[in-house]
Amino acid sequence: MTPNAHNTASEPVFFGDHRSTARASATRWKTGAAPSVLPLPQPVSDVPKVSLHGISLSYKTTNGSRLLAIDNIDLKVRTGEFLCIVGPSGCGKSTLLHLIAGLHKPTSGHVLVDDNVVEGTGTDRILIFQELGLFPWLKVGENVEFGMKMKGLSKAEREEKIRYYLRLVHLSQFKDSYAHQLSGGMRQRVALARALATEPDVLLMDEPFAALDAQTRDLLHDELERIWAETGRTIVFVTHNVREAVRLGDRVVLFTFRPGRVKREFQVDLPRPRQLEEVDVARAAREILEHLREEINKSLEVEYGVWP
Amino acid sequence: MKHVARQVIFYAALIGIWALLAKLKIWPPYIFPTPWGVVDALLAGFKDHSFWIAIGVSMKRMMLGYGISVALGMVLGLGVGSNKFLEETVGGLLVSLQSLPSICWLPLAVLWFGLTEKAILFVVVMGSLLSVTIAMEDGRKHMPKIYGMAGRNLGARGFALFWHVLLPASLPYIISGLKQGWAFAWRSLISGEMIFVSLGLGQLLMMGRDLNDMSQVIAVMILIIAIGYIVDGLVFKSVERRLRNKWGLAPAT
Repeated sequence: MTPNAHNTASEPVFFGDHRSTARASATRWKTGAAPSVLPLPQPVSDVPKVSLHGISLSYKTTNGSRLLAIDNIDLKVRTGEFLCIVGPSGCGKSTLLHLIAGLHKPTSGHVLVDDNVVEGTGTDRILIFQELGLFPWLKVGENVEFGMKMKGLSKAEREEKIRYYLRLVHLSQFKDSYAHQLSGGMRQRVALARALATEPDVLLMDEPFAALDAQTRDLLHDELERIWAETGRTIVFVTHNVREAVRLGDRVVLFTFRPGRVKREFQVDLPRPRQLEEVDVARAAREILEHLREEINKSLEVEYGVWP
Repeated sequence: MKHVARQVIFYAALIGIWALLAKLKIWPPYIFPTPWGVVDALLAGFKDHSFWIAIGVSMKRMMLGYGISVALGMVLGLGVGSNKFLEETVGGLLVSLQSLPSICWLPLAVLWFGLTEKAILFVVVMGSLLSVTIAMEDGRKHMPKIYGMAGRNLGARGFALFWHVLLPASLPYIISGLKQGWAFAWRSLISGEMIFVSLGLGQLLMMGRDLNDMSQVIAVMILIIAIGYIVDGLVFKSVERRLRNKWGLAPAT
């Protein structure tokens, strides 16, 4: 590891240097349904898929003052990259995903996808909400179908893709169930299938595994990594769990507490697939956590008025 | 079982007291009919088809009037629910109008439309439109925001967003308003029909009065209660229950 505590935000920190060994170690893959020949992640290209230019967002609070939630963020997400954003709660990381999804407009700055300015929602960027937002009046299959229906795909095409994506997340038998009949992990996978079915270039995930038990989460980490490798999507993944970020991400971006700024970037080049308990993962996470700690303390000071 | 037994005893006692009072002949039969006289009137009404015709005519008016209310109320409620300006202006007006009994619209309706079908429909619509609108507005506000965002996120916009996302998402919140709207429409219809010769149940009620036939009046009243109960208690209840089951809101049965 090369980092030292005095690095500036612009110089990414590197963990490991094993991109080549990622391929060699692929046989360690343990997901039950993984294909015998593991499709490896597309090499991340240097072409930016999503670029944020000077993004700021402020809003009026109830007492009339303006609160700056996000402050002048410049960030590029490369095509096919798995980018994780970590930060204390209230750092605007979820809001940033909403901005990329086009659900809100930034106060200043703009979001580019490829070379197009984001003006609103679009099925090239699908957000998986923390609360999922599965439609309870639709069956699992119909939930997965929804985005394709909006895109105007033919019935036959939709049926085929429902089958394909439900198989991808191992939920084929649950096509005709309702979301409330499924467990938390299964619901999470429905949301993933629904997002993937619209075949977006960019998948935005907002703390998707925060409410799951540890075993389910580990399993979904494996599946997400596999699906990412199979589909070659660009993923922006927001979490408050640093280990999770290191487990999954090619790069981890640390946000400051309110207003959200990029505090530091960490390049994670550890071999894939990684495990949450691996020593290298733990070591990298500890390093990031030290920087995160400062921000958490700041947030505690603001919200509780104390230093712990 | 106990529950049913209690009800049977209650109604048996009620009819018993009624029969006893009628038997004592304190009042003449055209003021206080006997239970069997009412049963006779009911059977006769169905036999000569006058009840069937009245039910048919009234239900047709209900379908039409209530249908218009629901369609209009959806548009209005959605507009009021999603626009601050409309909420403060139209929304306030709607709430104040709701304190006006729907039959108060009848003189106005008769002046506008004459003694026609349209006048009755107008009263029915005015009677239920407000509660449907307010229910829609409420549903729009209480519906979790996540569904609208998820819908937009998955590419739904405009009418598709409304039809495929906002409407179904707010259904559990508006179903009680729709039910209330139906009850209001039903009351307005019967009062409206009582005013002039209109072939409906309300008119049958007035005909009983004109003929000094209290048995028929009571028979038609029972009919009105029965239809109200069937739609309200059975149709809406089962729709509501199915909705809640589907959404996973109902306790396991």
